[in-house]
Amino acid sequence: MALLETRDLTAFYGDFQALFGVDLTLQEGETVAVIGANGAGKTTLMRSVSGLIRQTPGMVRLDGREIGALPADEIMAQGVAMVPEGRKLFPSLSVEENLLMGRHRRKVNGPWSLDSVYRLFPILKERRNQPGTALSGGQQQMVSIGRALMSNPRVLLCDEISLGLAPVVIRDIYAAFPRIRETGASVIVVEQDIGQAMKVADRVYCMMEGRVTLSGRPDELSREAIHDAYFGAAA
Amino acid sequence: MIWIDTIVQGILLGGLYALFALGLSLVFGIMRLVNLAHGDLIVLAAYLILVLVTLLGLGPFMAALLAAPIMFGIGWALQRLVLNRVLGPDILPPLLVTFGLSVLLQNALQEAFSADSRRIPAGWLETSSVSLGPVSLGLMPLLTFASAILVTLALQWLFYRTALGRAFRATSDDPTTASLMGVKPEAIFAKATGIAMVVVTIAALYLGTRANFDPTIGPARLIYAFEAVIIGGLGSLWGTLAGGVIIGVAQTVGAQINPEWQILAGHVAFLVVLLVRPRGLFPRAFD
Repeated sequence: MALLETRDLTAFYGDFQALFGVDLTLQEGETVAVIGANGAGKTTLMRSVSGLIRQTPGMVRLDGREIGALPADEIMAQGVAMVPEGRKLFPSLSVEENLLMGRHRRKVNGPWSLDSVYRLFPILKERRNQPGTALSGGQQQMVSIGRALMSNPRVLLCDEISLGLAPVVIRDIYAAFPRIRETGASVIVVEQDIGQAMKVADRVYCMMEGRVTLSGRPDELSREAIHDAYFGAAA
Repeated sequence: MIWIDTIVQGILLGGLYALFALGLSLVFGIMRLVNLAHGDLIVLAAYLILVLVTLLGLGPFMAALLAAPIMFGIGWALQRLVLNRVLGPDILPPLLVTFGLSVLLQNALQEAFSADSRRIPAGWLETSSVSLGPVSLGLMPLLTFASAILVTLALQWLFYRTALGRAFRATSDDPTTASLMGVKPEAIFAKATGIAMVVVTIAALYLGTRANFDPTIGPARLIYAFEAVIIGGLGSLWGTLAGGVIIGVAQTVGAQINPEWQILAGHVAFLVVLLVRPRGLFPRAFD
């Protein structure tokens, strides 16, 4: 049984349908990448899984249990943590307080604590008392990832973590992923950067216009197939 | 010498205005809600203390201690059952609902207690004073000011030293992202309003023991509270205390010049601060 599963997932913004029957599975300990161009529905998929967009029952399951109809705070308590697009640090909180917010509800013992997050991203320890929003974009992303890890999540959702960051910073952020994987967390990475996604993922889903257009292991997918699934066959 | 006494009395009066305002500041700081019924809730708490004093024969401080959890419950239920339903990007619905609540409370209190003025008896405390050199200070005003400082310190500790305070600030910043941390914003808002009502109870204790009150004086207390919050800077607790003190000093100085100018001087001070510092004296940097 998959750890996380979406089945025939649909999502709407008012009358506008953003997702059309998305099926996705995430196995225990696996890293899955979701790639696609702007507007493909990747962030909507993350918002649906995390509970920011409420679903009708049956569309999202964690360990076989229905979670799609739960609010975001309940889904987080079940072990699904999200690194939201744009980092979304709390401006009135220091770096350390932002990290501690990750443990506000889900206080599960596990590999991740303040100390282990500081070991993963040492710069954060130096900046622990500064406002989170006073940091550089890359450091803010480290706080956002660390904050999600603080709950010792079973599923970590990373939404566009490379967005707006310099290549060298993106490399530093992704350098933390092997350590995150070692701790057993299952990860869904949403990315526009196909190269980075292919490097970290066990499997890849490509989305276009709210639908999954291609899926498979990175070594099974040809550049042409990805190009067609990403931009459309006519592109 | 008269001016020193006037300013000291104004500072102490400012403690009462700060107590009126701290609950309002807390609620506004967390959920950007201007509660137009805030003054009437102070009056409701004053009547509750009066009832407990009268029926159970308690002293006013013990009665306030009993009233505080009741008011917490009222605040929690009010937020959970009414105000959470109207909070959103449009500020008009909560304004209308709290305005309606203000009218409702005034009428309900008039039905229950009549329009007669009441006062919470405080016994020997009412007339006790201490002399500090040439200045004579009433014990109740001193207790009021000390309570204002203690409440500010307590709220400051709650906000900046506890997990609940962290959740208050995070939810105030971004309720959607806070929900991704497992925070239930509606529950946080209900706790905040409950705590604000505890502060309201402390304000009501001093309102009711220091002066007469009746069911219709709530809106005037709201104005003082609102002015103190604006002067201090929205959402700033120490700023709110400073705002209360500025209004208090302005009122006593105004009254010293001409007794008819007391209330006017407080409002003028508010307008002057608003002109010079439109965001208040100590605005939160990230607002």
